[in-house]
Amino acid sequence: MNLTLKIWRQSGAADKGRIHTYEVSGISEDMSFLEMLDVLNEQLNELGEEPIAFDSDCREGICGMCSLMINGEAHGPEVTTTCQLHMRSFKDGDTITIEPWRSGAFPVLKDLCVDRSALDRIIQSGGYISANTGSAPEANSVPVPRDNAVRAFNVATCISCGACVAACPNGSASLFLGAKITHLAELPQGQPERWSRVVDMTAQHDHEGFGGCTNIGECAAACPKEIPLDVISQLNKDLRTAMRHGH
Amino acid sequence: MAVSGLAFVGFVLGHMYGNLKAFSGHDAFNEYAHHLREFGEPLLPHMGFIWLMRVGLLIALIVHVAAAVELTRRARKARPVKYVVKKHTGAIPASRLMRWGGFTLLLFIVWHLVNFTFGKVNVQGGETDDPYNLLVDTFDVWWMTLIYLAAMAMLGAHLHHGVWSSLQTLGLTGTAASRARAKTISFAIAILIAGGFSIVPIAILAGIID
Repeated sequence: MNLTLKIWRQSGAADKGRIHTYEVSGISEDMSFLEMLDVLNEQLNELGEEPIAFDSDCREGICGMCSLMINGEAHGPEVTTTCQLHMRSFKDGDTITIEPWRSGAFPVLKDLCVDRSALDRIIQSGGYISANTGSAPEANSVPVPRDNAVRAFNVATCISCGACVAACPNGSASLFLGAKITHLAELPQGQPERWSRVVDMTAQHDHEGFGGCTNIGECAAACPKEIPLDVISQLNKDLRTAMRHGH
Repeated sequence: MAVSGLAFVGFVLGHMYGNLKAFSGHDAFNEYAHHLREFGEPLLPHMGFIWLMRVGLLIALIVHVAAAVELTRRARKARPVKYVVKKHTGAIPASRLMRWGGFTLLLFIVWHLVNFTFGKVNVQGGETDDPYNLLVDTFDVWWMTLIYLAAMAMLGAHLHHGVWSSLQTLGLTGTAASRARAKTISFAIAILIAGGFSIVPIAILAGIID
């Protein structure tokens, strides 16, 4: 298939950036979206032009490194990561606009690469548990009710890719934050720091310059791991409880 | 934002109930309007209930607008560079109307208070100290009915997202089932309030109430 690609080019943080148009041909529908970009970059290399910078790592949909706003949707039109998006989701002759995640908290490093370490700093501010080091404890020494375990596992699938921030009209990271809060709040190991965690992580979220949540729901629709909106309710509930207890 | 919004929902439900008294005729409507001034007497002074409501609503309005301005300011700062192409998958249209819709409602409320409370403007030039007559004279004019119906459509949209959003902000939608329930309640309240308010001007314009 032949495609017209409109891709954001930006040489660095100081550059204003602009859309460039490229034509690619001979794209197989079995290629992943990133392989299609690899083909374009090989063409650019042969022409002596600067290849397009984009993030990727595992290309298995589990690491959270790939990003890209594809035709106005985070990770493109399917519920998956960009690396697991295949060209069969597009038609021959399509025009595809590719942009980096847009967030004041995610400065563009180059072209389509953004710096997502703001999410890491949110984790550092409270997304951990206190645990004794040493040999691994016996797995069933702390019983976890099934429903809690299932919910904790479901929301622990968050790979911190930042699609929720990219999709949110407010530029909020509340779905990410809610997933982390819910994950640890559902487990006995998460209880000792539960109330200080939600206060500290929310403060860090706001400090990083992410927007406030207005419950629109574009985040959950964009999430490649299908984290549901109810984690934001859990976040709000835990925050309310923590503040009532003076944290 | 959530608490002040829910206070408004409670108020408009009561307000709508009062409006529907128009179907009981001139005397019942005016009696209701007059009774609001005496409500709570002798525990409250004359007009005491009305002024409690006014002060409460004004506080809720200040909180609501301040929260909206702060959220808008944060949202602008959080996305300094706009997308060239952006789809809104997963968002209901009403959720994207909240800011402009809220501003429109604020303008409407100013007009509404001039029209019926502080200014008592009768666009037909008739008497203004009779609430029922002012109501009928106002909505006999087609463009006044149109302004109010447009405002009620906007209010319905605002509530369709707003009620759900407030329940989520208060942390009451922690499961898929409670989320679905909150969305249904939100839609039902939006239809009930927008419909309940709209039916009076429509009935007046159609000559059912005169």
